[in-house]
Amino acid sequence: MQPFDDVTVLDLTQHIVGPYATKLMADYGANVIKVERPGGDPARRLGPFQGDTEDPEKSGLFFFLNTNKRSVVLDLKTAAGRAALRKLAQAADLVVESLSPGTLDRLGCGWDFFREIKPALSLISITNFGLTGPYRDYKASELVMYGFAGEMYSMGLPEREPVKMAGTASLFESGSAAAVGAIGALFASKRFGIGQHVDIAISETQFGGVDRRHATAIAYQFSGRKSARVAGGGKGMPQGIYPCADGYVDFTNAALYPERVIEMLNAPEWAMDPKYMDPMNRINAEIIEEWNANFIVWCIERTKREIWAEARRAKLLCGPLFTMEDLYNDEHFRGRGFWETVTHPAMGEVEMPGRPFQMSAGGYVIRRPAPLLGQHSREVLTESGCSQAEIDAALAEAVR
Amino acid sequence: MTRKPLEGYRVLDLCVVWAGPFATMLLADLGADVIKAENPFVFQPMTRGAIARPPQLLLDSAIGWAGGLPGGVPGPHPWNYNPTFVSLYRNKKSFTVDLRRPEGMDVLRDLVAKCDVVYENNATGTMEKLGITYDWLKSVKPDIVFVRVPAYGSTGTYREARALGVHLEAVMGHTLLRGYDDADPSANTAIYSGDYLAGAQGAFAVMAALWHREKTGEGQLIEIGQAENAAPMFAQAIMDYTMNRREEQTIGNRDVFGRFPCGVYPSRSPGAVETMDDHWVTIHCTSDAEWEGLRRAMGNPVWSTDEKFATNDGRAEYYRKLDEHISLWTATLEDYDVMHRCQSEGVPAAPVLEASRMYDDAQLRDRAFFLRQRQVDAGEYEYAGPLWKLPETPVESYQPPVMFGEHNDYVYREVLGYSDEQIATLAAAGHIATEYDASVR
Repeated sequence: MQPFDDVTVLDLTQHIVGPYATKLMADYGANVIKVERPGGDPARRLGPFQGDTEDPEKSGLFFFLNTNKRSVVLDLKTAAGRAALRKLAQAADLVVESLSPGTLDRLGCGWDFFREIKPALSLISITNFGLTGPYRDYKASELVMYGFAGEMYSMGLPEREPVKMAGTASLFESGSAAAVGAIGALFASKRFGIGQHVDIAISETQFGGVDRRHATAIAYQFSGRKSARVAGGGKGMPQGIYPCADGYVDFTNAALYPERVIEMLNAPEWAMDPKYMDPMNRINAEIIEEWNANFIVWCIERTKREIWAEARRAKLLCGPLFTMEDLYNDEHFRGRGFWETVTHPAMGEVEMPGRPFQMSAGGYVIRRPAPLLGQHSREVLTESGCSQAEIDAALAEAVR
Repeated sequence: MTRKPLEGYRVLDLCVVWAGPFATMLLADLGADVIKAENPFVFQPMTRGAIARPPQLLLDSAIGWAGGLPGGVPGPHPWNYNPTFVSLYRNKKSFTVDLRRPEGMDVLRDLVAKCDVVYENNATGTMEKLGITYDWLKSVKPDIVFVRVPAYGSTGTYREARALGVHLEAVMGHTLLRGYDDADPSANTAIYSGDYLAGAQGAFAVMAALWHREKTGEGQLIEIGQAENAAPMFAQAIMDYTMNRREEQTIGNRDVFGRFPCGVYPSRSPGAVETMDDHWVTIHCTSDAEWEGLRRAMGNPVWSTDEKFATNDGRAEYYRKLDEHISLWTATLEDYDVMHRCQSEGVPAAPVLEASRMYDDAQLRDRAFFLRQRQVDAGEYEYAGPLWKLPETPVESYQPPVMFGEHNDYVYREVLGYSDEQIATLAAAGHIATEYDASVR
């Protein structure tokens, strides 16, 4: 049993944000029908590729983002494509799209099209800057979006340019946020028969809740204080990233728990100096520096795993900087069953990050791998009640 | 007020710090009745501030989002207007009770009986010490949904490890994958993006469980191992390792998909970095067509006609040279000017906004993004708004960031139906308060 196993989602999203939102629905049971344009979701052309060969069926990114979905290729520029879309919408509980603003309207299948089919059906539009306003048609990428709407300004070194998070991290956060808004609309639809055109701006998901931005904004309103670019997040005993025998470890200021730090260090003489206990000294830059000179020596003599074990014992906030190899081979995550092995028709057996959370009554299940382009066109259109002639017409137009 | 998607559901919020409170705020935004239980004798660090009564010096030495209280001073109730706290507590209610005493747990049991969801993200062992387990909750309310957010899960070697978002992201590889490509990772700023990912997915998980309960009548236990939850953010690097055994390295602000140019460029600045008045602009061409657009936006300079920039492979090979040229152009212009010039030619570009500049942004103003909220202790300010626009069931501010114990009456009288006598007894024992006890530091 899966929570959303009675929900059908008509998925017109592409790239990362929308597909991650619908992946969450699909991995927790929803029947997600992924409508791809002829040629497919552009994410099929984004790496990494298995074996480094560019192949729309071998993108690791697409593979991860589209588990449990079925793919149907429709050309919405054609009448037959739109007729098939209408049939799919009749059977859907939720429609999610991420085309640029106005695209569906121009194709004749925008909000009016869906509202007419089923008044309680909601359409979720996920766009860069929203469906209205002066930047409505502006483009963005992960870098552009995170710089504008995320907390990038305060990341990095003051003498250098701001620097972003890795990969497309913030887009996955926006995808998660979009999924919450979409399921909210699904509740309104199911409980109260309310259908609505939900407007989700990726920029607003970041301004409103990706990594401190809403807090730095109100801090300015409150106090006039801006967010400075500071490496490491300030100073403390310990605080920040320290080198160690085989890499790095990250600590967060243990200001409130000096006794735990002593416990972690096994009470060496240098750390027992009473001046380090005085709360005022603990925010004094010179004394912090002196303490850290000793602490770095302690770190350099130990591996990241050894340091983390000592920190765990003393209940301190600490994390080693793992490489992918460290993470992949780590027994804790393997032992918990975090990794998921999925068999894909073009890629064979591939491991990927598994369940984002566990539900005791039945939650995350990989029922099928990411689809090949148009793999389920006939199957899905037949289920939706299209006649053989309608299916043939729709698929003839949707040249792969 | 219009209908709300989650109206009628009640959530008991036993959350701390960031990931839990963000989840319950999203549920509250969607209309759930979220009630935070607070203890007048125990201060939860990093939730309503670092400590209950911070001295001026501590506020001044803290980073803005931790120390920037109204007017820059502690005031009489610093726990009611800490910038991080107020950002995570709109539309929620607060009542007080001391859960370390048996009569306090009696109150909690009565409240659990009237809740649909209990959400907690405390350090491992905290709930057990109080006797709050899934079994106990189920014995009180058989169909309860209980959400827990242990950093590394409730099983395995790391199950008791303490962590904030920044630590578990380090373990999941993020800290080595991000930052400048020519600097030590110690240059990386501490960030907490994983708290937001887990927060949003926690709200999603609650709705999944409620959907399940509507069909089956059954509650359940949800476990969000927050480290595992963060993994998707680094999907490209993880998949590259699982498929190709390649260890990806940090690439700074370059594109993970290898499309050039992609970077952060200096623009004309009204001041220096010391006053946080340095301005920067991002530009990212994701295709040859966008590169052609950028050339037009720059006025087709002679250097840009160089054959080596004509293809992405060439731009990739000579990206440092390319960035130098682009920087010379952007440095003469305002950041918004670069954005509009680029975007009018179809090129993704935008200013890198320091948070204070959000309030002057034309798009956010046009879309009425901000929420004006008046909280008695803090005064009236504009807050960052909700994450989505649901026109028929809009997110409103029906409760400004909640003050400590603001809803004691609501909880004890309306929800629990306690008598005046019961309430007087609990108040006399210190359970019911609107300030932290004087003993709390």
